[in-house]
Amino acid sequence: MSRIAETFSRLAAAKRKALIPYVTAGDPDKATTVPLMHAMVAAGADIIELGVPFSDPMADGPVIALAHERALKHHTSLRDVLAMVAEFRRTDAATPVVLMGYLNPVEVMGYERFVAAAAQAGVDGLLVVDLPPEEAGDLAVKARAAGIDMIYLLAPTTTDERIALVAREATGYLYYVSLKGVTGASTLDVGEVARKVETIRNIARLPIGVGFGIKDAETAAAIGRVSDGVVVGSALVGKIAQHAAEPARILEEIPGVLRQMRSAMDRT
Amino acid sequence: MSTSKIDYSQFPDARGHFGIHGGRFVSETLMAALEELEQAYRKLKDDPAFRAEFDRDLAYYVGRPSPLYHAERWSRMLGGAQVYLKREDLNHTGAHKVNNTIGQALLAKFLGKPRVIAETGAGQHGVASATVAARLGLKCQVYMGAEDVQRQALNVYRMKLLGAEVIPVTSGSKTLKDAMNEALRDWVTNVDDTFYIIGTVAGPHPYPMMVRDFQCVIGREAREQSLAQTGKLPDALVACVGGGSNAIGLFHPFLNDESVQMYGVEAGGDGVETGRHAAPLNAGRPGVLHGNRTYLMEDADGQIIETHSVSAGLDYPGVGPEHSWLKDIGRVNYVAINDDEAMSAFYELTRAEGIMPALESSHAVAYAKKLAPTMRPDQTIVINLSGRGDKDILTIARRDGITL
Repeated sequence: MSRIAETFSRLAAAKRKALIPYVTAGDPDKATTVPLMHAMVAAGADIIELGVPFSDPMADGPVIALAHERALKHHTSLRDVLAMVAEFRRTDAATPVVLMGYLNPVEVMGYERFVAAAAQAGVDGLLVVDLPPEEAGDLAVKARAAGIDMIYLLAPTTTDERIALVAREATGYLYYVSLKGVTGASTLDVGEVARKVETIRNIARLPIGVGFGIKDAETAAAIGRVSDGVVVGSALVGKIAQHAAEPARILEEIPGVLRQMRSAMDRT
Repeated sequence: MSTSKIDYSQFPDARGHFGIHGGRFVSETLMAALEELEQAYRKLKDDPAFRAEFDRDLAYYVGRPSPLYHAERWSRMLGGAQVYLKREDLNHTGAHKVNNTIGQALLAKFLGKPRVIAETGAGQHGVASATVAARLGLKCQVYMGAEDVQRQALNVYRMKLLGAEVIPVTSGSKTLKDAMNEALRDWVTNVDDTFYIIGTVAGPHPYPMMVRDFQCVIGREAREQSLAQTGKLPDALVACVGGGSNAIGLFHPFLNDESVQMYGVEAGGDGVETGRHAAPLNAGRPGVLHGNRTYLMEDADGQIIETHSVSAGLDYPGVGPEHSWLKDIGRVNYVAINDDEAMSAFYELTRAEGIMPALESSHAVAYAKKLAPTMRPDQTIVINLSGRGDKDILTIARRDGITL
């Protein structure tokens, strides 16, 4: 069983929901990322989504797009990100790490080299935003062979036929994008999310994480009630931007936000 | 590689691929919209009512067919092949861009979308989008890199006069690629009521196919006009390539004619060897950006790098996927022309023929200037004069050290 599957079944047995923070690797600097990952785990994170910086993050809103720009200012490359995961793994063998990003840096490295390096570093899943299952064939085959889960997005616009198609190709978990828009967009209708998650459950067997637009502990708890996992990104990355000049503050503030979310989610 | 058995009309394949290029690399939210668009387009392109309205608009609104003009004086000066200019500069709004926006705006209307968005670099596509939106009563917002808003003040004002809202994009390098990122973000957010009018033969399937089909009117006309005026097919075609819509529009109807040589001219900027250029087919690698796999300008880590060209319309780090494929199979020759060469071609054609080409088209003119003397006087070259130079007057005056 993959580390991701194991995590979800352990949580399900305990009737808890996964808290899945997203941060962009190398934001605000390379040295902060690994300590931040450990601090997030200590604050209650179950899975970490680690953003791979890209010059053209088309699916991201301004908050995360700026995080990519900050990370690229000191040239955080895919190779650097893999090194960070390897370093994280030296003291944490349990927490799954999912790389989230865009296809082009992977294309340049080459699928074969990338998958081998990712497996070696201890990466558990790939979420490539601009790679729908229709185009993923080659990378997906290699990833699966290396025991790396392919995580795909589902959106409010995804038809039932496509949910079935995506679910057939996905492993690990399904990531439901809770709204039409980019990351960090404003309004999220919990009732609507609940209805769509129900639809997905009737078609797919994988755990369902929900993200985009989850800003506070209250929303995290509400989304946790209707799904298997809560992804929180812009709310954390916004705080990183605020304290970009003092990484020590980041290592206090981000776990603080996560602890509030954790306790709100566990209360329900 | 042999190109003898390819039927070019059969591409892209059902999933939008041209060889390894093209495809549909977008986030999930857009997949349904692209499928809807593809189905609507496949149905409408053969629909007599849609075709008739498109053809009528091209004839009476755009002013087609555009002339194929024999540049006799300039041909004599070059001393080689006879040079013909396909006069897309005479279209309404001054460039080939309108052929495509007419088609896509009609699609928006048939799909019942009240709002259109567009990205623009030089502003020609923005103006062409704003123009058709005004005529159909659609709300129009145009994303434009903040840098380009400065460089192309005239077109920005034209768009505003036409009732469009121009949104300056300040992220990334503040140019065309960033405008496209922002337009994609808008589309993801407003996908229910918004039609995204992409200005070139790039982006996710079906855009490269659809925009090509709309622009192919250029090549179909040029083919008929060549046969009527010279009694034969042209020996060579020359067109500038940024995203590549004017080039594919000219080339595509000739691809199955093996005798016709084709030259796509990229922006060499300060020189391809300097790295400061916009010539991915000459000096890039295949990668994935803006929804398709194609040749890109990128660094060793796969980050997209900034491009450089005197012409804002060619200042793009990617290129349409069909061009990438035509390069791979060797059907089209892709060459580069530097800023300086394009500038001197601009002056030369203006003085020789009284025709002021856009700086984009000047790249094609400059390459034809090299090519013509290597050919016989009984041979012909067709240059796609894709746009007129009026929009570039301020840029040119500035380079000449003149304040208007």
